[in-house]
Amino acid sequence: MLWNTLLLALRAIRRNLLRSFLTVLGIVIGVSAVITMVTLGNGATRSVSDQIASMGSNLLMVRPGQRFGPGSGGAPSFRIADVEAIRDQISLVAQVAPIANRMATVVYQANNWSTDVQGTTNDYFAAGNWNLVAGRSFTAAEERAGRTVCVIGQTVRENLFGGQNPVGSQIRIRQFSCEVIGLLHPKGQTAFGTDQDDVVVMPLRAVQRRLTGSQDIGRITVSVRDNESMDAARNQIELLLRERRNIAPGQDDDFRVMDTRQLAETLTSTTRTLTLLLGAVAAVSLMVGGIGIMNIMLVSVTERTREIGTRLAIGALERDVLLQFLIEAVVLASLGGLVGIALATAASWFLAGMMGVPYLFDPFINLVSFVFSAAIGVIFGFFPARRAAGLNPIDALRHE
Amino acid sequence: MKDDTLIRLLAVRKIYGRGPTAFEALKGIDLTIDGGEFVAIMGHSGSGKSTTMNILGCLDVPSGGSYRFLGVPVEQLSRDQRALLRRHYLGFVFQGFNLLARTTALENVELPLIYRGEPAAARRTAARAALDQVGLLGWEHHTPAELSGGQQQRVAIARAIVTRPAVLLADEPTGNLDSTTSREIMELIRTLNGDQGLTVLMVTHEAEMAAYARRVVNFVDGRVESDRRKEIV
Ligand SMILES: Nc1ncnc2c1ncn2[C@@H]1O[C@H](COP(=O)(O)OP(=O)(O)O)[C@@H](O)[C@H]1O
Ligand SMILES: [Mg+2]
Repeated sequence: MLWNTLLLALRAIRRNLLRSFLTVLGIVIGVSAVITMVTLGNGATRSVSDQIASMGSNLLMVRPGQRFGPGSGGAPSFRIADVEAIRDQISLVAQVAPIANRMATVVYQANNWSTDVQGTTNDYFAAGNWNLVAGRSFTAAEERAGRTVCVIGQTVRENLFGGQNPVGSQIRIRQFSCEVIGLLHPKGQTAFGTDQDDVVVMPLRAVQRRLTGSQDIGRITVSVRDNESMDAARNQIELLLRERRNIAPGQDDDFRVMDTRQLAETLTSTTRTLTLLLGAVAAVSLMVGGIGIMNIMLVSVTERTREIGTRLAIGALERDVLLQFLIEAVVLASLGGLVGIALATAASWFLAGMMGVPYLFDPFINLVSFVFSAAIGVIFGFFPARRAAGLNPIDALRHE
Repeated sequence: MKDDTLIRLLAVRKIYGRGPTAFEALKGIDLTIDGGEFVAIMGHSGSGKSTTMNILGCLDVPSGGSYRFLGVPVEQLSRDQRALLRRHYLGFVFQGFNLLARTTALENVELPLIYRGEPAAARRTAARAALDQVGLLGWEHHTPAELSGGQQQRVAIARAIVTRPAVLLADEPTGNLDSTTSREIMELIRTLNGDQGLTVLMVTHEAEMAAYARRVVNFVDGRVESDRRKEIV
């Protein structure tokens, strides 16, 4: 009997191709929207956390002033002595890199490019997880003398040198010329959307002497030793700097120590909220699809009720009719669900590529939207039929 | 006492609605029909012909009285048992044909056999044979939209007789057809009754169609007014 009922259900689907198609379409749209949105959201979350990991997850950034972002709000900058104090007195830290920077136009032959010129020490590369694709980093002599040598990022290389190897060339920065000694491995954008590869790195002294014209250090990047507490390191740095900057007890800090891990958490939770929001929007489209299906089913309910009356008259049991309609609804809904999943997989793979975020298959959301779509199909396809099959055959036959 | 009369209605009443709007459509019908008969039920519109037919066909239940089918009190049967009675003993022909749209003649005729759980090959053979009986061989793969009214009613008759029922119930089977086609359908029904001994119960309000029957029951206002048998020549 099950086999025969399956046959009847398939015949009913074939007979009502347009209705079947619209039902499937409603589910396909809903399911693929939900899956695509959530998959892309997950990809974006992953790409943010990847970027943060590329910055190093054990970093503390020390800046003067209390504001988040550039500028110190009048608070004094750091001096090299502060950097040395942190390095010498706090045993939890691995590297301490002072940074003094200035925007400047760099020129090579006919090409020029405006970029961030950062003066620092070799610790900068180790702390920031920077690797070199070509050339070398600074020698101790170059750091001490503040020689005009530089390591450049990929974006600067592309804009000045195109595909050429820059190592060994001389570039001009403002009034002085500078030898390119190394090329950084590309990292891409930061979570804030700034290009990490748009940078020229020089010895601290060179930048101070030739660009900023002062002994000031704009910020300090500190990496904490593996398996040591970030919070402890941060507390110790705060205590040390308060003392060095003569901040009385009870007075607020005039500097700020930021933790990349904290930053990572804030940012990933933001993108996760965004994913949820996208998912909610998509869930609405799944609902709209469901309402569409309900409409189609209600419009056809008169025809179907009479048909059910005829089936009952020629000897169908109520349960034969119910089983047939249930199978029909399940087949259509599952078909819609499967096509929706296939479409979503293709769409999110393609869109992820365009947006530059990783494609992450999420079995949970696939399963949930499949089950949900099946439920919609069954509820809207099956329940009107259940009502009709429970009628007196003559009432079903006479239905208007 | 064993009762092998095919159909026996005793004081059957049917009341539609409840309270002040209740309407008594059947006011006590007594009717006995034996196997092999060809009965026409006549009467004015609203006299209760269809109501009687629906009760006889187990599509509706009486409000009072008793209905015995082959001695079985139908009012005591469950919903499913009545469905099984329809499945195994009754064949229906409706005024509006009631074929499944966008479904071929063959599949329409097969339908009752599917519910009976017949295997596919037997179904095909029986459905073809039934279509042959109503003169529609060669039209198996046409859908109702591709058939004339008379042909659609033939398909419906084939669907009704494919299960070899005990009774064929037809409510105004020619009501939607022109007079020539109506006569063809009546000839077909008469042949089924004469050659196969199929019991036929037919509702009509046209004397010309009733003339094909061997017994005419006349309804007036929910009561049997007359019940005449023709002399067999
Ligand atoms: N479902 C119903 N609800 C209320 N009244 C009905 C219903 N069906 C039939 N009637 C009434 O019962 C009477 C008999 O109807 P019916 O048996 O269909 O007559 P006919 O002899 O024309 O076939 C009519 O007056 C009709 O209005
Ligand atoms: Mg009638």
